Amino acid sequence: MGYEPQADFGTPASDAADSITLTIDGRETTVPAGTTVMRAAAELGNNIPKLCATDSLKQFGSCRLCLVEIDGRRGTPASCTTPVEPGMVVRTQTPALHKLRKGVMELYISDHPLDCLTCPANGDCELQDQAGAVGLREVRYGYEGENHLDSAKDLSNPYFDFDPSKCIACSRCIRACDEVQGSFALTMDGRGFESKISAGTAADDFLSSECVSCGACVQACPTSTLQERKVVEIGTPDRSVVTTCAYCGVGCTFRAEMRGEQLVRMVPWKDGKANRGHSCVKGRFAWGYANHQERILNPMIRESIDQPWREVSWDEAFAHAASEIRRIQAKYGKESVGGITSSRCTNEETFLVQKLIRAGFRNNNVDTCARVCHSPTGYGLKTTFGTSAGTQDFDSVMQSDVILIIGANPTDGHPVFASRMKRRLRQGAKLIVIDPRRTDIVRSPHIEAAHHLPLRPGTNVAVLTAMAHVIVTEGLADEAFVRDRCDWDEYAHWAEFVAQSRNSPEALEPVTTVDPADLRDAARLYATGGNGAIYYGLGVTEHSQGSSTVMAIANLAMATGNVGREGVGVNPLRGQNNVQGACDMGSFPHELSGYRHVSDAAARALFEADWGVAIDPEPGLRIPNMLDAAVEGTFKALYVQGEDILQSDPNTKHVSAGLAAMECVIVHDLFLNETANYAHVFLPGSTFLEKDGTFTNAERRIQPVRKVMTPLNGLADWEVTQGLANALGLDWNYSHPSEIMDEIARLTPSFAGVSFERLDALGSIQWPANEAAPDGTPVMHIDGFVRGKGKFVVTDYIPTDEKTGPRFPLLLTTGRILSHYNVGAQTRRTDNVVWHPEDLLEMHPADAEDRGLKDGDWTWLASRAGETTLRVQVTDRVAPGVVYTTFHHPATQANVITTDYSDWATNCPEYKVTAVQVTASNGPSDWQESYDERSRRSRRIEAEAAE
Amino acid sequence: MNQRDHLVYMANQIARNFGTMADMGAAAATADHIAMFWDPRMKANVFADAAGLSPVAAAAVELLRGDPHPPHQTQATQFNAGDEVGHSDAG
Repeated sequence: MGYEPQADFGTPASDAADSITLTIDGRETTVPAGTTVMRAAAELGNNIPKLCATDSLKQFGSCRLCLVEIDGRRGTPASCTTPVEPGMVVRTQTPALHKLRKGVMELYISDHPLDCLTCPANGDCELQDQAGAVGLREVRYGYEGENHLDSAKDLSNPYFDFDPSKCIACSRCIRACDEVQGSFALTMDGRGFESKISAGTAADDFLSSECVSCGACVQACPTSTLQERKVVEIGTPDRSVVTTCAYCGVGCTFRAEMRGEQLVRMVPWKDGKANRGHSCVKGRFAWGYANHQERILNPMIRESIDQPWREVSWDEAFAHAASEIRRIQAKYGKESVGGITSSRCTNEETFLVQKLIRAGFRNNNVDTCARVCHSPTGYGLKTTFGTSAGTQDFDSVMQSDVILIIGANPTDGHPVFASRMKRRLRQGAKLIVIDPRRTDIVRSPHIEAAHHLPLRPGTNVAVLTAMAHVIVTEGLADEAFVRDRCDWDEYAHWAEFVAQSRNSPEALEPVTTVDPADLRDAARLYATGGNGAIYYGLGVTEHSQGSSTVMAIANLAMATGNVGREGVGVNPLRGQNNVQGACDMGSFPHELSGYRHVSDAAARALFEADWGVAIDPEPGLRIPNMLDAAVEGTFKALYVQGEDILQSDPNTKHVSAGLAAMECVIVHDLFLNETANYAHVFLPGSTFLEKDGTFTNAERRIQPVRKVMTPLNGLADWEVTQGLANALGLDWNYSHPSEIMDEIARLTPSFAGVSFERLDALGSIQWPANEAAPDGTPVMHIDGFVRGKGKFVVTDYIPTDEKTGPRFPLLLTTGRILSHYNVGAQTRRTDNVVWHPEDLLEMHPADAEDRGLKDGDWTWLASRAGETTLRVQVTDRVAPGVVYTTFHHPATQANVITTDYSDWATNCPEYKVTAVQVTASNGPSDWQESYDERSRRSRRIEAEAAE
Repeated sequence: MNQRDHLVYMANQIARNFGTMADMGAAAATADHIAMFWDPRMKANVFADAAGLSPVAAAAVELLRGDPHPPHQTQATQFNAGDEVGHSDAG
């Protein structure tokens, strides 16, 4: 398919219910009230010339190009700012309008370089198009006068350039930054001829500004003023493919705009239902890892991890891996091997990996990275609501009146959704943030949280129970909802529990460190402020009481009637692109796809009939249990697809000991990641650009992933798993991922209505999708909870066993930053390192002063599990007694510090609470030095084979 | 923590948390949880030696000795039937 720019109707669509009929250029049309004349004309196919208008932004009315004539009105009103009226008669093209527009355009062009042929936007420039549309053929004013043609370029951003000589001061970039992204990083400096776009900093460049490099300004720019470097380098695209981003759980839809097999740019797709045309720095720009020189494209094997790698054919790699699996099973038993599916891979690939384990390895030792992030969401929401997934779609937030964020940092972790959330907050919704850190959303342009409760890490349950105490004891519960939708006796029992004086905000203050009055006000606001929506992340789940916290959240939502309609609900913000999908696909060791337990003979029979093998009726090992068993000597081989457990999982020393104890570790990945240091077989992976499939985002939305280029390694990941399966004696012959989805749909009732064909027709589908809901289910629990009545669960606060003390007096909590994704394997191999070249340790000024540390000093960070070194960032964003770092860089290995403690129900690691000490440092830790050496040696590839 | 210590810790942690949910029998809920989520070798490990187990966890192990598939105590251990739609995972 050829390249077509995305349609632009000039101004946003109106969602008014009333409609209005008018006449445009002699044609009668009916549109929703509130529609502009410009949009009504565009929907008829009459594209009125425009420059400052674009349908992602509110109308502005500055360029004076979109003038029209309207019967009964004097002058020539701007069509972008004129709403339609009943009976209105509009003319969009007359000799007078033609003359006016041509004159306006002539003025624009008189201060614009005439370098169209060599301009990177040639052929993809609205200014150029509109000059043609208005019939401009000459500029009478000459170029000798004062102009902006020599204005210096701003080349500070690694992904796009700002060339003010081409700027027409339409303010689209400023408005995109304000309205779409919500950063307010840009402004118009000066007046009249002196007007210029400014990043507002002393250096006045984008990189030093508040710009988050989301690309909204680049997309909005109608000229080549803001231009992607890749377009400058490669040229304009000649085709496009709609696909889904492979970064976070928002699941943004993009147009991969291509020239041949070369990706030119990723442009957010306006029709994407998760992102509504917006993007972040990762999805928009950070895809260069796909072609990074460190990517491994050939299979490799070695006998021991001390040896260099040896490149082999796919067949040899598959045969070697399969023979090792069988050898180990023969020696140690069939339960001595297992695998890990990837939340970064597609549903189809994930389904195949768990099928390989169950049908090929003949056991249930399969787990997924959801173990270490949102497994408590599954447990907690299933216990209370009967189903584990988030209750809402992302659009729901625009109906929220009170937004409660707990343990999530959406502006960094889920930035595109955060922009939508911020838009709603600017419209007047109230914000409550419960987080040990003062995250960006607590106070950002035109947004200030009504309440920020900076609790002590590890006390989520206490804070939520205290909020429930306020709601119940002050009579703020929605008893009508509870009586109708929940088990009243269970509610009464729970209410009695939370009402106990020991659960009051005042009684719990010594534990939570939260001001009781503030907590009371926050609880009142959530209970009485209208539609209350809770959004949470890993700051909830990654605790020893992670599952209890999820249940406490559900309790609050049910008690206040905030479930089952738009604007409310309980919304886990999923970390990786396909965490939801990986869980749906049967990645956990105790359940088959569609959440059916392996002990259920009837459920097993469905799969056994389809797959032709018996399925083990006993649960398998979870990831931490696999590592424990490996150290103990009963688990000897592991197939890991798209997951770097050495860097991402807690207590790195224990993970490395487990991996080192195995006799065959098969890593299937894009790069020689940290886990691959302990691997014996390396199977090269493919990027999301190189395969077909589906991802399921945080709102249960199944979205197509479409192949835009040939896999550099020759095989998509599903083909690699199939090759390994066939080497193990299975007879798989899938020829396309759509066939795998057909199998998923055949075996998984909640996916019964899903197929590639349906996805192509609908764009996306939110499960459950079946006969009852053929187009999917945006909001869950509307008429009742999945399994009858909602269940209130008593969630008593139990302190973590990870204690501070004289040796380790501080609490470390960890998280991620906007520019990096998880362990950074992808983003560290892009220019995103400009924003975050290393992990830093955030520390309060008082704690820094106590230790004689100043900003930028190297520090020694130690816990009971291990120690590392990194530089300190002194900031009051964290409270005294709390330190914070990210885990994006293997040189730091923050997880050397974290411990084995985990959620009581799911073993999700307690990443968020580690007792530590911080002191000044003058060098790397012993672990860092030895690991660096091991890592360097482990990545050797035999020279002759590598040439 | 070695595997044995870790498993004992896990069993005690489960028992302690169920112990706070007074509307359910903590030992029965712990037994149900272990039955549904633990691999056989993990179960065998705590079955082999009750040392270190809390009273509730030890009672749960005894229940499991008598019935390896005890009755479900929470919705978290009630999974979808073969053809059932709409429930979800328990991690």
